[in-house]
Amino acid sequence: MSIADLAAEVRAGKTKAADLVEKSLQAIKDKAEYNAIIVTLDDAARARAAAVDKDPKGRLAGVPFIAKDNFLVFGAETTAASNILKGFTAPYQSTAIEKLEAEGAICVAKANLDAFAHGSSTENSDFFTTLNPHDKTKVPGGSSGGSAAAVMLDLAPFALGSDTGGSIRLPASFCGAVGLKPTYGLVSRSGVVAMASSTDVIGPLTRTVEDAALVLDVMAGQDPLDSTTIERQEDYTVQPTPLKGKKVGIITEYMADGLQPGVRAQIDKAIQTLKDQGAEITEVSLPTLPLGLAVYYVLCPAEVSSNLSRYDGQRYGFTSGGAKDLDASFKESRSIGFGKEAKRRIMIGTYVLSSGYYDAYYKKAQIVRTKLINEFKAAFKEHDFLLGPTCATTAFAVGANADDPLQMYLTDIMTVAVNLAGIPAISIPAGVSSDDQMPVGLQLMAAQKHDKELLDFAAALETELQK
Amino acid sequence: MQMADLTRDDVLKLAQLARLQLTDQEVQEFSGELTAILHYVEQLQNVDVSGLKPTNQVNGLINVMREDTEVDYGYAPHELLNNVPKTQDNQIEVKRMVG
Repeated sequence: MSIADLAAEVRAGKTKAADLVEKSLQAIKDKAEYNAIIVTLDDAARARAAAVDKDPKGRLAGVPFIAKDNFLVFGAETTAASNILKGFTAPYQSTAIEKLEAEGAICVAKANLDAFAHGSSTENSDFFTTLNPHDKTKVPGGSSGGSAAAVMLDLAPFALGSDTGGSIRLPASFCGAVGLKPTYGLVSRSGVVAMASSTDVIGPLTRTVEDAALVLDVMAGQDPLDSTTIERQEDYTVQPTPLKGKKVGIITEYMADGLQPGVRAQIDKAIQTLKDQGAEITEVSLPTLPLGLAVYYVLCPAEVSSNLSRYDGQRYGFTSGGAKDLDASFKESRSIGFGKEAKRRIMIGTYVLSSGYYDAYYKKAQIVRTKLINEFKAAFKEHDFLLGPTCATTAFAVGANADDPLQMYLTDIMTVAVNLAGIPAISIPAGVSSDDQMPVGLQLMAAQKHDKELLDFAAALETELQK
Repeated sequence: MQMADLTRDDVLKLAQLARLQLTDQEVQEFSGELTAILHYVEQLQNVDVSGLKPTNQVNGLINVMREDTEVDYGYAPHELLNNVPKTQDNQIEVKRMVG
């Protein structure tokens, strides 16, 4: 049942919010071995359900959801899956949560992630690794791996994630979910733990494009608490649209060697479906795309090192008790509190921002970013949408990239460019790979602020792919 | 500009700048890993970017201002102080900074 229909049943009194919350909490218990969830909000969720049942209203009336644990939510700790934030209780809620609650949605749990959203597998969580719902020996992708797994394990009808370099789309692809990364600035990030501020966006993980569009419709819009937010379009909910005549560019660089055969076969099938429906398919080359990952792994650590400097052990979070002076207290608190990947990114960021290297690394990356953006703009003059895989592979085995951070970073090579350009993109399921029977994700992109068109198009293609 | 491999001293200097205290094992691991990552991103050095300017912000917003008035964010100081490791008289207590 769609989220809209579920909320309609609650509003009509046919379904009780309290029952939906109990069902979610029970499913979380039953599927605990997947480690998708860090903490449940039993009391807060039950209290909210009782309030909703007394006066059922709102477009998401009584619909349970799960927030990635980098969203500030009342009723439980917010840890970003990091030891340094263990015990942190949010004094205010993120705007996204406020907007969802205003429409009757109920947050039942916080999902696991790579600590501070640094990673592609959830293996960088300081607590535990989430397992893929389709195969427990595989990772769910990351960093919103707990959120993607939660949706596919039916722990709740939708989950929230954040996407800085692919962290919504990659786990959606690995788990067979829909993952939407909106235009930069379309959804307020107030109350979400900052990672790389020039690319961070938040968005939904769902089972269908229709559900993702509804959740976006509730969350989108300007917010005085986030000065990077932009004006919204009137309505993001999905309307039927023909695929016929849509100009779709297949990204040459993303279809090059290195795609797993089973992934390529599924993407080719989707392209054939579009052709059969009368879409105009052409190849499009963006020569700077392969450099996107190098740009990202300069800019992202630079911003991370700056954003994580606030974790100093003095104002909140973990503090080392025995330090002899203030400087030692900073160092000890950060060294014990941060995991390895956070330290790694802080160190790279510190390096590329340091005197003597700033121009060669940081500034150069910002200029190559401009080049990439120009290529996207040119591509969207000729095409309504761009298409490629979300990832060259299906979900990899737990531990496969554990000793090689650079190899782990390469997982993001097809997702980061979208963040650098600030454009919207969505990963939708494109069947399973014949190599390993694991889900394949199809990535669709549109020009900035064309989220509505992207969602309508993705929904129409999703319908055809399911036939 | 060809960058050299990161030495042990380079790593220790970065750690000091970032206020991190690394174990010997971390220093050793990081010098190898960071060198590999920096070599990977060095491919940017050879890109022709003549005539292009750096991008700082992607969605076209410039200088977003708000009214210079009092704003009620809906939480009290004591709620913020609840998360502070050590307080004294409603203030954040830290180790001595100046001798």
